[in-house]
Parts: sequence; structure tokens; C-alpha cells
Amino acid sequence: MRPRTRRVLELALEIAVPVVLLAIIWVWSASSETFYYPPLSEVLQRFADNWLFERFASDVWPSLRRMGLGYAIAVVLGVAVGTALGGSRLLRLGTAPVVEFLRSIPPPALIPFGIVVIGVGDSMKVFIIAFVCVWPVLLNTIDGIEGIDPTLKDTARVYGLSGTDRLLRMTLPAASPQIFAGMRLSLSLALILMVISEMVASTNGIGFFVLQSQRSFAIAEMWSGILLLGFLGYAFNLVFVLLERRVLAWHRGAKASALG
Amino acid sequence: MLSIKHLSKTYGEGERATRAIGDVSFELGEREFVCVVGPSGCGKTTLLKCMSGLLEPTAGEVELKGGPVTEPPEEMALVFQEYSRSLLPWLSVRGNVVMPLRHKKLDKAERTKLVEEAVDAVGLSGFIDRYPWQLSGGMQQRVAIARAIAYQPEILLMDEPFASVDAQTRGDLEDLILRVRERYDMTILFVTHDIDESVYLSNRIVVLTPSPTEVREILDVDLPYPRDQIETKELPEFAHLRAHVYRLIKRAAAGEQPDAESAAPQAAEAP
Repeated sequence: MRPRTRRVLELALEIAVPVVLLAIIWVWSASSETFYYPPLSEVLQRFADNWLFERFASDVWPSLRRMGLGYAIAVVLGVAVGTALGGSRLLRLGTAPVVEFLRSIPPPALIPFGIVVIGVGDSMKVFIIAFVCVWPVLLNTIDGIEGIDPTLKDTARVYGLSGTDRLLRMTLPAASPQIFAGMRLSLSLALILMVISEMVASTNGIGFFVLQSQRSFAIAEMWSGILLLGFLGYAFNLVFVLLERRVLAWHRGAKASALG
Repeated sequence: MLSIKHLSKTYGEGERATRAIGDVSFELGEREFVCVVGPSGCGKTTLLKCMSGLLEPTAGEVELKGGPVTEPPEEMALVFQEYSRSLLPWLSVRGNVVMPLRHKKLDKAERTKLVEEAVDAVGLSGFIDRYPWQLSGGMQQRVAIARAIAYQPEILLMDEPFASVDAQTRGDLEDLILRVRERYDMTILFVTHDIDESVYLSNRIVVLTPSPTEVREILDVDLPYPRDQIETKELPEFAHLRAHVYRLIKRAAAGEQPDAESAAPQAAEAP
């Protein structure tokens, strides 16, 4: 009973803090005369007007699509190339300077290039998101593959495990804790880059909406967009953590049992 | 069945070269249980890796049924000392045992039967859907043994398999491997640093010298099977063999002086 009571109390605390914060902002902003900080009630009103679900098809969906596509490309590419590089020291040595250079480029600097070469459409945005998100996945995959226990590799050889069987049942699962760490990092990057790419040469999307609202002095609208981005980031992370817990349940179990 | 001819292994090159294995030759007959013992750090694991085709020897040959061993052969399975690192923690006991069977041409029913039989042979039927990290060390090593026997090898190599479990579990696992050998009709090569264990299990013992390793002596163990932890170990023959191997190893560890066992009591390191 006691640990359960404790869990309930902890959960209550987690919920109470944001609720209290919202209440404070609500009260504080209710009488606000400042142009830049409209009352929370107004922001929420705009939030409901815009996002439930008036602008879902016109702005939210295109944004999610870009982000999802870019992120998916980054994960697939990062894991595939990372697996190849992680398995070969020579390949790793040969590509290290290039990888280090490319990943050091501040991503927004690529937007002008993207516009010129790819155009102002979705492809450019997807490209920018994928280009930025690929590095954490790639580097973590390399790290994970490189760090596979030699005993495990010997085991695979002794039992004649090869090809896709070896890749899917040994190599990738063994590296999956690191791969997931990289994917998690990339997920927050994907959201950031989605917003940035939509603020330049764009005609729709949540990032476009926020900038456009500010330019037309619709400050409550702008805040509603920011609020939505915050919720989205929170939700993505939550979903990711739940997924990770499921997929890596063995990892947490093994770690816990190794600690005693 | 398996023959090792003038095997040697040197790590590194030039000035920094370390000769791990000097010159080792011996043979393993069909259905034999041979134990390889030697002083700590005498290159037992290196020898085993060369024999299994995991490591290329610098010179000499390993032959299995007349053919050279260059890669781990299909007729061979290996049980590692570090069970926690050779089992796949993302797979259940069943998943681990079935893993090496996946690329063998078996239908599903046959495969399931092999797996369940092997898991039963090591006494883990009730744990087949657990994960390795939910089991104790001794049970994890049983899983590794089940995986090896389900693979249906003709020869099973074991690298100090019971070195990381407690003494009681160790005794149980020793008896288990003897039963498994009866049931599955396998040839077993068992590397250990435990002298009692080597005498208790084998019908022949290969005693090694310290690195660079050579064969010090090969002796027959004429104790009757089936063996028993209490009765076999009470036999005068057991005590005699044990003392003999002990002397060989102690002498070897003290640097090959003929009278070393009386001159250097500090070398009498407990196994």
C-alpha cells in the first residue's frame, strides 16, 4: 500500500505544478494591458479557434508530415550507414573527417543552399530536417556497433549466424540502446528544424503561422502557435519514451540485474 | 576426431611479440571427454579459440575429421565462460536456444522439439519463456549449454564454463554435463583451471605448461562412469590422479624445477 500511496502523491505533484503555474499565469495575465502578453484566456481561445481543428489540415498536418519524413529518412539513413561504418575500422577512419565536418555546419546555414538547389517546397524542408537529424543517429549507431561485446561476436561465428539473421537478431539489438539515445536527441532536433525551415520561404506550417502572426501583430495567435509547438514537443517525447521502454525493456532488466 | 598438430600462436610482431602458445599437439577421439588443465594464464583460452577456428594459429594445424579448421565448423559448439556476455539478453531462453537453429534446414516442429528437449535436458523447462537476466548465474550457464546441445554438435568445446558460479552450483553443473554427454553422445573438450574438476569429468587430461604453452603430460583417467560427487571423489585413484596433476601444475608454475614442490610452498596456490 505504501509504495502505491507514494506513487499517487508523486503523480499528483507532477500534475499540480503545471496546473498551479497555469493558474498563476492566468491570474497575472487576466488584467494584462501589455500588447505582448495578452491574457491567457485569450491565447487559449485562439488556440481552440486555430488548432481545434480549423488549421489542422492547412498548417499542422504539413508540418507534421515534413518533420515525420525528415526524421524517418534520418533514422533509416543513420542506422544503415552507421551499421556499415561501425563494422569497419577502415571505413570509419576514412569517413571520420567528412562526418565531423558535415555535422559541424550550423543547420540554418544550409537553408539558403537548400532553397537554391532544391527549391522552396517541402523537399527542401525535409532535406534540412533529415540532414540535421542524421548525425546523432549515425554517431550513436557507430558507437553502439563498435561496442558490441567480442564474446557476442564469437558466439555468432560459432553458431554460424550470418547475413540478415545476424544483423536483425544480434547486431542491431545489441546496438539498440545507443541507437535509441541518438534517435531521442534527433527527435527534438527535428521539431526545431521543422520550425526554422518553415520560417523561411514558406507558405504554410506551424513555424510559418507563428512568424506570420507576429508580423501581422496577432500576438495572441503567435502565442497559440508557440503553445502548440510546446505541446507537440512534449507529446513526441512522451510517445518516444513509452516506445523506448517497450523496445528496450530487456536492456533495463539486464542492467538492473547486473547491478545486483 | 579432432587433432591439434604443432599448434603455436604468437601475438604481435618483432620486439613486442608474445608467444602465447609454444607447441601443442594432441588428439581427441570420438566420444572422449578430454579436460585441458594448466596454470593460470597459460593460454588455455587462446588454445581453445585456435581449436574452434575463431583465431588463426601462427603455425600448426587443427583438423576435424580430417579436414582443416579455419572457421568455426558446423559440427562444433562452444560454451563460453562469460555466459552473461554470450547469451542475448533481448531474447528469452527459448529465443536464445533456437537462435543457432534458425539457419539449419529444419521444419518448425522439429526445431521446437530440439529446443524443448535441450532445455529439458538442462532442467530449465519451467523457465523457457524467461529472459536470461531473470535467471541466476548457474541457470544462465545452463541456457548456454542448452543452446549448444540443441545445435546438435558432434564435438562440444567448453571454456572454463563453471568458473564463475559458486561451488555447489558447480558440482550440479558438472553432473549435468556428464548426463548431457551420455544422452547426446558427444565428444567434449573441457578447458578448466580446476584440477578436481578435470579429474572428475574426463577420461583423459591434457596438462599444459605455463606460457609459451606446451603439453606437459597427457594422462588417462580410469575412473568408472557414471561418476558421483561423493563416491568418485572418495576413490583412492581419484586422490592419486588429483595429486599427480596438482604436482605437475605446481611444478610448472614454479618454473619447471624438478624439486619445486618441496622448495616453494608459496607456489601451492589453491585452484
